[in-house]
Amino acid sequence: MEKSFHYKRSPGRIIFLICAWIFLLFITVVCLMPIWHVIMASISNPTELNVTRGIVLKPLKNVDINAYKMILKYQKLWRGYRNTIMYCVLACALTGVMTVIAGYVFSRNRFRFRNTFMLLISFTMLFNGGMIPTYMVIRKIGFLDTVWAIVVPGCIGVFNIILMRTSMQGISDALEEAARLDGANDFVIMFRIILPLCKATFAVIMLFTIVGQWNNYMSALLYLPNKANLYPLQMELRTILYQSTKEITSASDVNAGSVYARSVEYAAIVVATVPILLVYPFVQKYFVSGMTIGAIKA
Amino acid sequence: MAKKKKNEEAAEIVMTDGTGYRYGGGIKNVPHNLAVDMRRNKMVYILLALILVFFIIFHYIPMAGIVMAFEKFSITKGIFHSKWVGLKNFKDFFGGPYVGRLIRNTVAIGVLDLVLNFPAPIIFALILNEIHQKRAKKTIQTISYMPHFISAVVACGLVVKFVEAGGPISEMIAAIKGTKSVNLLNQKQNFWLIYVLQNMWQGIGYGSIIYLSALSSVDQELYEAAYVDGAGRWRQMIHVTLPSITPMIIMMLILRMGSIFSVGADKILLLYGPANYEYSDVINSYVYRIGIQEANYSLAAAVGLFNSIIGTIMLITTNQITKKVAGTSMF
Repeated sequence: MEKSFHYKRSPGRIIFLICAWIFLLFITVVCLMPIWHVIMASISNPTELNVTRGIVLKPLKNVDINAYKMILKYQKLWRGYRNTIMYCVLACALTGVMTVIAGYVFSRNRFRFRNTFMLLISFTMLFNGGMIPTYMVIRKIGFLDTVWAIVVPGCIGVFNIILMRTSMQGISDALEEAARLDGANDFVIMFRIILPLCKATFAVIMLFTIVGQWNNYMSALLYLPNKANLYPLQMELRTILYQSTKEITSASDVNAGSVYARSVEYAAIVVATVPILLVYPFVQKYFVSGMTIGAIKA
Repeated sequence: MAKKKKNEEAAEIVMTDGTGYRYGGGIKNVPHNLAVDMRRNKMVYILLALILVFFIIFHYIPMAGIVMAFEKFSITKGIFHSKWVGLKNFKDFFGGPYVGRLIRNTVAIGVLDLVLNFPAPIIFALILNEIHQKRAKKTIQTISYMPHFISAVVACGLVVKFVEAGGPISEMIAAIKGTKSVNLLNQKQNFWLIYVLQNMWQGIGYGSIIYLSALSSVDQELYEAAYVDGAGRWRQMIHVTLPSITPMIIMMLILRMGSIFSVGADKILLLYGPANYEYSDVINSYVYRIGIQEANYSLAAAVGLFNSIIGTIMLITTNQITKKVAGTSMF
């Protein structure tokens, strides 16, 4: 940003800047510290970790990766991993197709009642049936204890439709007409002509979907009461963090495995969280643009 | 008169070439015939039906399912054949032993969350906006968004570990106070503050995104003009920066007011335990417990309905107030 004028550096301004930097530094440290603590604690000497109080800033005593070895052998966590990846893929496919369709239907000029129906759909943001009636519907249509209970109910979001519709409205009708004269049908126009022009918005929606599925545990808690083998990663993580790590530590061939109880918890957090934290800085700009479009149009 | 003529012309084009698609004139000028339109754009209507079916099944049927709040609902009999009991479920709830603490905790957490976590991202954005070192600004932003991507399970698990007796935060507080470290979650009202601060940790950076983007689009000439008029940095902030993000702030406030009392069950369920139910149990966690765990569906639906009615009233009220006071509103 080029400034065509210069501010005087008054003493007040300097004090303000110092305070601002301290504040921002504080926020940064607070945001990073717990994540750093978890990573360092997971590779610390377990005996030392058990008696340490306070933040772990570097590996205690020596680097010990036995906790990771134990986690690697814990089948349920990997089953959770597989399930979560499956949910992400399914949710992306469903959300992708349905949102593009909805965006197309609600953005095309020749469709007369689009605003009426859009209003009808937006109303669900304002008022909804709540947890129990929704649960009853899922139960009634036989989705309970199936994969579909996790991926279908949330697959079309009003917010996503608004994002998609906004970006599709920016595309000229002439393009569609040209394609139609060449004999293209609605699906070809939707996915081959319009979608490639809304790639950024589509990416945002996919990212929201993936992060949402990756971090979701509530749907499994509600809709998978008797199907532990369909549990997503977060449900397995919940068991490890809130109930017991005995199953993991006792199954290992490391002597005195129970010493590792805390290390294993931290290692599990790292294993479950790092993928998303590694990916996120690269896709950050999409999130930012998505949030911005959404806020303006919502 | 001229408009009418144009209409006729446009209609003629459609009639003669028979495609039903707009050629320049715009469909708004074409007399609309639903039957013709449906025949020509069959696919669009089929796709619309698909979307509508989804919303009917997963949104409108549950809305209708709210009638179960007025029934003695039984799964075997279903919505239509269960016994109608009127307001009995509501009376049971309001006459029950938990109503006081549920409403108190929900209101306390909701209000505290609004008071602390609504301004926090705005302040963060305003301060970050004063920093002109691009690299540093970008880094701080990236790091501050990070906690948002950590799942509720992990974030709450960390909170539990940090504030338990002997946890880093408990130790720190104990050192300041000069007492022994205790589990802070079980210290009455502390639960509210911990819950809200946890939300702040996850939300302050992410929440600032939209304010920062609004701030970056403020016309620099406005600052120059203000400077020429003798406004210092502080006055510029009050008279240029803040007004430029006011519509955004108001919109966010309306959205937030609508959900102020719908404190989500997901984090509460992870943080609470028998030792702190008195201060941690909120309406949504109660709905989950009696509805899903104890299968008392009618009572749970009634409590849920009460909560969503309050939410809708809050949203509409805020919208009306801001419309009057600030002239900005959502609908």
